[in-house]
Amino acid sequence: MSDMTGPTPVGALHGASYDGYVRIAEEPMRGMITLRGDLSGPLAKGATTVTGLDMPGPREVTVMTEKAIAWMSPDELMVMVPLADLPAALETLDTTLRDPFATAVDVSQARSIFSITGPDALVREVVAKLAPVDMDPQQFRPGMFRRTRLAQVPAALWLPAPGRVELICFRSVADYVFTILADAAKPGSEAGLFA
Amino acid sequence: MSSRLAKGGRKIDRSQKVSFTFNGRQMSGYAGDTLASALLANDQMLVGRSFKYHRPRGIVASGAEEPNALVGLGEGGRFEPNQRATTTELFDGLSATSQNHWPSLEFDVGAINSKLSRFFPAGFYYKTFMGPRAFWKHVYEPIIRKSAGLGKAPTEKDADTYEHLYAFADVLVIGGGIAGLTAAVAAGRAGARVLLMEQTAHWGGRAPVDGGDVDGAPVAAHIDALVGELSGMANVTMRLRCMGAGVYDHGYVLGYERLTDHAPQSGVPRHRLWRIRAAQVVTATGAIERPLAFAGNDIPGVMLAAAVRDYIVDLGVSPGDRVAIVTNNDDAYRTAFAVKDAGLEVPIILDARSAGGGDLAIRAREMGIRVEHNRAVAHVSGGKRVTGVAICAQAGGGAVIEEIACDAVAMSGGWSPVVHLWSHCGGKLVWDDTKAMFRPDGSRAPTSHDGKPFVTCAGSANGALSLSEVLDDARSAGHSAVQAAGYDPVEQAAPSVEDVAEIPLAPVWVMPAGATEKLRSKSWLDYQNDVKVSDIQLAAQEGFESVEHAKRYTTLGMATDQGKLSNINGLAVLSNALNEAIPQVGTTTFRPPYTPISLGSIAGGARDAAFQPLRRTPLHAWHEEHGVKWEPVGHWRRPYCYLQAGESAHDAVIREVNGTRNRVGLLDASTLGKLIVKGPDAGKFLDLLYTNMMSTLKPGRCRYGLMCDENGFLMDDGVVARIDENTFLCHTTTGGADRIQAHMEEWLQTEWWDLKAHVVNVTEQYAQIGVVGPQARQLLEVLGTPGIDAETLPFMTWVDRTVAGIPARLYRISFSGELSYELAVPAGQGMALWQSLVEAGRAFDAVTYGTEALHVMRAEKGFIMIGDETDGTVIPQDLNLDWAISKKKEDFLGKRGQLRSHLADPNRWKLVGLETVDGSVIEDGAYVLADGQNDKDQRNMQGRITSTYYSPTLGRGIAMGLLKGGMTRMGDIVQVTRISGNAVAAKVVDPVFYDKAGDKQNV
Repeated sequence: MSDMTGPTPVGALHGASYDGYVRIAEEPMRGMITLRGDLSGPLAKGATTVTGLDMPGPREVTVMTEKAIAWMSPDELMVMVPLADLPAALETLDTTLRDPFATAVDVSQARSIFSITGPDALVREVVAKLAPVDMDPQQFRPGMFRRTRLAQVPAALWLPAPGRVELICFRSVADYVFTILADAAKPGSEAGLFA
Repeated sequence: MSSRLAKGGRKIDRSQKVSFTFNGRQMSGYAGDTLASALLANDQMLVGRSFKYHRPRGIVASGAEEPNALVGLGEGGRFEPNQRATTTELFDGLSATSQNHWPSLEFDVGAINSKLSRFFPAGFYYKTFMGPRAFWKHVYEPIIRKSAGLGKAPTEKDADTYEHLYAFADVLVIGGGIAGLTAAVAAGRAGARVLLMEQTAHWGGRAPVDGGDVDGAPVAAHIDALVGELSGMANVTMRLRCMGAGVYDHGYVLGYERLTDHAPQSGVPRHRLWRIRAAQVVTATGAIERPLAFAGNDIPGVMLAAAVRDYIVDLGVSPGDRVAIVTNNDDAYRTAFAVKDAGLEVPIILDARSAGGGDLAIRAREMGIRVEHNRAVAHVSGGKRVTGVAICAQAGGGAVIEEIACDAVAMSGGWSPVVHLWSHCGGKLVWDDTKAMFRPDGSRAPTSHDGKPFVTCAGSANGALSLSEVLDDARSAGHSAVQAAGYDPVEQAAPSVEDVAEIPLAPVWVMPAGATEKLRSKSWLDYQNDVKVSDIQLAAQEGFESVEHAKRYTTLGMATDQGKLSNINGLAVLSNALNEAIPQVGTTTFRPPYTPISLGSIAGGARDAAFQPLRRTPLHAWHEEHGVKWEPVGHWRRPYCYLQAGESAHDAVIREVNGTRNRVGLLDASTLGKLIVKGPDAGKFLDLLYTNMMSTLKPGRCRYGLMCDENGFLMDDGVVARIDENTFLCHTTTGGADRIQAHMEEWLQTEWWDLKAHVVNVTEQYAQIGVVGPQARQLLEVLGTPGIDAETLPFMTWVDRTVAGIPARLYRISFSGELSYELAVPAGQGMALWQSLVEAGRAFDAVTYGTEALHVMRAEKGFIMIGDETDGTVIPQDLNLDWAISKKKEDFLGKRGQLRSHLADPNRWKLVGLETVDGSVIEDGAYVLADGQNDKDQRNMQGRITSTYYSPTLGRGIAMGLLKGGMTRMGDIVQVTRISGNAVAAKVVDPVFYDKAGDKQNV
């Protein structure tokens, strides 16, 4: 079922966006693969092969545009590729992961991905209104990855570049996440925490 | 009378007039006023009535400790009760109303209580409303509630918005007075990330009012320098109007920022709740002056001495033209100087100490002020405002020596450090005999995760009172906090300060020392809750010896001010009455928040659409556009049914059931839990989790399974499909998806860590659509789905196919008893498939159906539902599911539990079907009656109803229930309860009401 036939898959919010004191946007769907197993073995090889990226350390992410390897737990990675590359990536993993105790599962459709863009300090602040993460520029730097919660739902987030946060959540709560991000980014509610 | 002074008031801007209303009356003040200072400027000395006796009350304090000046603030969606006038910044258009009186503030009927006060002693309610029992609910409570005081609840939805903010700091400094600023500079210079918050709109606290020189310049200049230095540090964040509300475990602190209270506007959050993690916390929260307990100390015009000079120096208002001063310490003399400097009269300073004061007293005499030693207030004269004081000896019983006319009384009973934040997380206190105060015990600080202290007190909050003490203490607090946070403190030269020599205070808890009962019963301790010296003494006499008991019995310190003024005086009076030392009696517990914070700030953004996450399936929007009636299922919304024009929900369900049974129905089953279990030991793992055998399942096939908890109780069910040699897909109930995933992970991680299997939750990866009914196959074939006939794809198998051009996995499973396919497709293509099915379904007169039709159809088939037939006390055997419990397996979760005698008891209530004799529908949650009564005089029961519906297929009510004897009772007529009282007769039948042989699903 990983072959991309039929109508183009649509995201939960059809690419909704909101321009507050930072911009909130639902990003186009991205290929996402959960990898579970021994991170030191073929799993790492599979992840690096399909993305061309280095392995991240604990609580880190390696990123190149739409491709990424995110460290999720001591035995779990999230590999991201452009949606169009997903079938090929799954195929590659299928041949790389000979160990039956290595699991690759397509979860692209189960997630929504959002971007928060704008001045770096304000982008960080919007996250700080919702997630118990130290978003101070000295503390949370590009290359880091946090699995956390956004108000009442689980989420994971990272900084692909200064002034840009990307975050993923479950597809079913995309509307909620968009609502709380937009509320947090309402002009007039700037807290100036990282100013 | 209280009035605006001709000059002075460093916080007000006389060029900016501000108008406001109090009880509808137009008044005016200046920008920078508090509501309290503006009321005083308008000679509004009477601001409210007391809680119990409805006595006239005026402003006592100038800050967060104010007990009396509580008002209802704002109107409509911005109305909020119990707001302190002393911490409310004045703004144009402010409207305030006083509280706790009827019909008006000036004339209050409830004031009769004051005349009857000797009939309302401590514990009055407990003593009076004892019986008869029924009177409490129907007579006493309604009357008490009606006359109970303080603010009214808002009636409209809050017009403002609120938000949270997560912040982190190496050193969090709470309090922006001179101590907080000094500590913050010390921490900031060392390079630590510092967060400094001050509850008022001004830096510097009360130091400029109290005066003194630092390095040869007035202290205000030193404050400006500190603020300037901090503002220039990139590592320091400063916040005004932000109160440290509570200190919790591991350096978690709540900060309460009031963004627009001083200038209401839309579009900006009113309050922001800072949720802070700090490595170290410095509390520089200052000290609060204590009142003195003399008769009439609650008459409007009697104020704390420091508050009087705050109003004069900071705000340019005076509570009176002739201010008598009564004190047990030197500090109150500063108030005399402020009054004189403002050109007003100080007719007398009553110093309760037999030897009087120090240098300040000498200065007072030099200024020509009359100072008397060993003197006390016998009583205050006046009703709604002070007209004079009667003087007596402090050492005596209150015999009046002299009466002096005055219109205000400034009192000082010494100072109590604000130890609240220190105490919130377990910091201990020590009694300082010299200063007569509880101050933080630095050797018993609150400790963090590492067992090391994480709170340091600085300045007056630590018991330091003189300017030089405060500065030294704050600097060292800043140093030790920053060091504990892992930074090297930068040594700095101490500024030079010359303190005035002060004589220690003499503790005075009751004034005069031998006050008569009459005087003591007019000497207030807790203004807000109307607790007097006599009440505490009565409590002690009646045996309430613990301070916590005395507090609850008398309500001392239980009002909205949480006893900021009354606690220490109250417990001192208690300790005297018990003949014990104050530290032996101890304090009550300090709990967060420091002052009440708004409920809105706690809720933050969780309101309206963001109140709670709502989970939407990929088909949610379609349902919304097609007359859905929603059913909340956990955080999901699922269609209960789809309403057509003019249709009731009941009729819709009947139409949906009939359409599905006779033709074809479409169901959004996306919420169903889907867990992939993969690995060489996946089969073994599932054999341990499910009661039946899963490892023998062949790839391409499906099997219904049950999961029990370790006690043997049924916790979830669902169909398991084997995908390949190493991979299974386990369906769970909607509510079970996350729970069962966690359950699997827990067993894998903690008990069966040697099993090689992974669990991945793919619930939301797929839109899952049920195509159900005798014409289901034809509908799918119309959409170009090949090879789904009974031979190629028999019941309980699955296959990958393309449906309407979309890659789908088809499961031949049925929860309705009909021919049924469940289609799992990528979530992002779910809507396209659904629309294709609906479109093609028109030719079949297909229906879309919701959860209620689903429930009716499963009940007609006798299929159990987790949460209906189970409630955590039901085992599979109770539901006649013995067939799904493996006899061959060596072990599985629940096996051992089910061996216990109670679970193996043949007399357990077991599943049966029930049909009423008259065809009516049994009520939800009904019981099956048995003969006789139990030992509690309740009717005996022999069973209960678990599911009950109107069956459109059978045209009658059907039900399932658990009944003693179970299926052995077939044919029995039993009596089932009804809410109206009469029982209804029902016949015990087979729970499979429809197509027992399964011919319809197996085609």
